[in-house]
Amino acid sequence: MKKILLMGNPNVGKSVVFSRLTGVNVIQSNYPGTTVGYTKGQLKIGQNEMDIIDVPGTYSLSPSCKAEEVARDMFFNEKPDLIINVLDATNLERNLYLTLQILEHNIPTVIVLNMWDAAKRKGIHVNLEKLNKITGINVIPAVAVTGEGIKDLVNIVNETTIKKDKQLSKIPKMDDSEKWAFIGEILSGVQKIEHRHPSLLEKLEDASVRPLSGIIIAIIVIFITMQVVIGFGELLINYILDPLYYQYYGPFITSVVENFIPTGFIHDILIGSGYEYETSFGLLTTGIYVIFAVVLPYILSFYLVLGFLEDFGYLPRLAVLLDSIMHKLGLHGYATIPIVLGFGCNVPAMLSTRILEGKREKFIAATLIAISVPCMAQTAVIIGLLGKYGIQYIFMVYGTLLLLFIIMGSILNFLLKGESPEIFFEIPPYRIPHMGTLLKKTWMRVRGFLIEALPFVFLGILAINILYLVGIMSALSNLLAPIMSQMLGLPNQAIDALIMGFLRKDLATAMLAPLNLSPTQLVVACTVLASSFPCIATFIVLIKELGIKDMLKTVVLMLFIAIITGTILNLILN
Amino acid sequence: MITLVELKNGKKAIIQKIEGGPGLKNRLEVMNIREGKTIRKTCAAPLRGPVVLEIEGCKMAIGQGMAKKVWVEEI
Ligand SMILES: Nc1nc2c(ncn2[C@@H]2O[C@H](COP(=O)(O)OP(=O)(O)O)[C@@H](O)[C@H]2O)c(=O)[nH]1
Ligand SMILES: [Mg+2]
Repeated sequence: MKKILLMGNPNVGKSVVFSRLTGVNVIQSNYPGTTVGYTKGQLKIGQNEMDIIDVPGTYSLSPSCKAEEVARDMFFNEKPDLIINVLDATNLERNLYLTLQILEHNIPTVIVLNMWDAAKRKGIHVNLEKLNKITGINVIPAVAVTGEGIKDLVNIVNETTIKKDKQLSKIPKMDDSEKWAFIGEILSGVQKIEHRHPSLLEKLEDASVRPLSGIIIAIIVIFITMQVVIGFGELLINYILDPLYYQYYGPFITSVVENFIPTGFIHDILIGSGYEYETSFGLLTTGIYVIFAVVLPYILSFYLVLGFLEDFGYLPRLAVLLDSIMHKLGLHGYATIPIVLGFGCNVPAMLSTRILEGKREKFIAATLIAISVPCMAQTAVIIGLLGKYGIQYIFMVYGTLLLLFIIMGSILNFLLKGESPEIFFEIPPYRIPHMGTLLKKTWMRVRGFLIEALPFVFLGILAINILYLVGIMSALSNLLAPIMSQMLGLPNQAIDALIMGFLRKDLATAMLAPLNLSPTQLVVACTVLASSFPCIATFIVLIKELGIKDMLKTVVLMLFIAIITGTILNLILN
Repeated sequence: MITLVELKNGKKAIIQKIEGGPGLKNRLEVMNIREGKTIRKTCAAPLRGPVVLEIEGCKMAIGQGMAKKVWVEEI
């Protein structure tokens, strides 16, 4: 099998080209560093089978971070038959540096001039024939998001990999300054740039990083994000999912199960006390309801908005804006991205802490996210529980979490030796997101949530049923009851919910619903839940990313902080 | 000559010299921040945050510590 590497600077559209070639979907975003690991896919044209690898973006073959090391190692160790070098046509000067480095190593290469649409819009003209003549290799203009140019690419890839005599570039080896001079020469012959006035988007780009206007824009963006996520989520629940569940699914599944298994243990596990109750604790009733009608709507609306912000290019600007504050918390601006992802689901957030360079930063980021960033599942149930009493209670929970974030970050920054490295990255231009790509990305993430959540919710309900049945739950309740009632001011039954929280936070918070707690008690319970154990999936990722020892540190810290915070809140509120 | 930190917002300048070891120099250079290039400083982020600059239409954020090592001549 032939091997092909897709290489280029970060954020030039490699992953979109990869999806087009292989049909394998990978998450693409408008900021550097989305792809830290690599993805493999296949392309088959007739008898010609090829492995294609989406290599992490790099500016050169001499690495300055993890992702770049991966890229260099693949280039030198994988013995590729062909390199597809993807370039951003709006930024040729910088992109060509890597190209020259690649061409030195005598591996067949084709150049894809991606973002051809954006180049046209910016008034950049590139003479393809001349560029082809100078480099001696094929140059294909493309717009990866719409698929333009991909057919030509496939044909040329096919031809070059079948051909016996390799077509190599005749550009000689050069040192760095010679390379830059040569690039200058190429561009003066090949590229013409019409002068255009900055567009509205370009003006907005600068305004979003300037101190005053940047902060105003950030507040507006966050406000609109919250409004849209909550509004759209509620809309889906009230007009689509609730009616579906209560009028069609619930009665249907109940009658089916009762037909086959009228009573007994299995019956109880499957439908619990009946679909009419939100907390009947049946696999097919509460299990399905919590996932599809409580959490899924918010997950869907969150990922739509997040995807939009990602593809638009807003997140790196938020990272620049927050960089100084983040440094005071032992992080740096780029940690903004895992944190924002954490509001969706903590699992991908933990995975994306890989873009942070140091071990210290990774630990701080993972700990802060685990403790004080509530995922959408938690948010959904917090809104469900507290929303009816008024927005001020929801603010209490989030305010406390924000305070925890700042206090713990400062403390960890003080206690752990070392300093976070300085921020240095490219800020992508604002781009109007491509609808199809955005929807596909949202769907991939929603599917990821379902695959992850379904087994654990089912497992959780099963475990709860069994724990009740054998009496472990009541024993635990009795043991921990004094702490609960004395320190947190919660009734004993609430302990079940907190234990449940280990498996799935969303189920746990739902268990609080029938206890008739006062709004302030709910605030305490929600905060303790949100800041204590992450769900079991996060837990597993945490072990993988941090190692057992650091993970245990995080967990101890977490338990401690959850109880203390709960106690203080209880003292203040009740 | 002044450093990137001292350069006023919105001003254009030519990079004259980059201090520091070959590692830093190389990191900046592959991003096209190198001697002789014309840059425009957009702004510095709040609370002595990173400097945002533009080279050939491409925008970058660079921490204060690094920015202090880049010397420029305003034009
Ligand atoms: N306008 C335009 N946007 C593109 C094009 N190709 C990719 N993009 C967008 O550019 C961003 C970066 O793409 P991605 O594939 O993640 O880049 P990678 O970092 O090189 O893998 C995404 O938001 C894409 O939707 C293109 O040809 N034209
Ligand atoms: Mg990618």
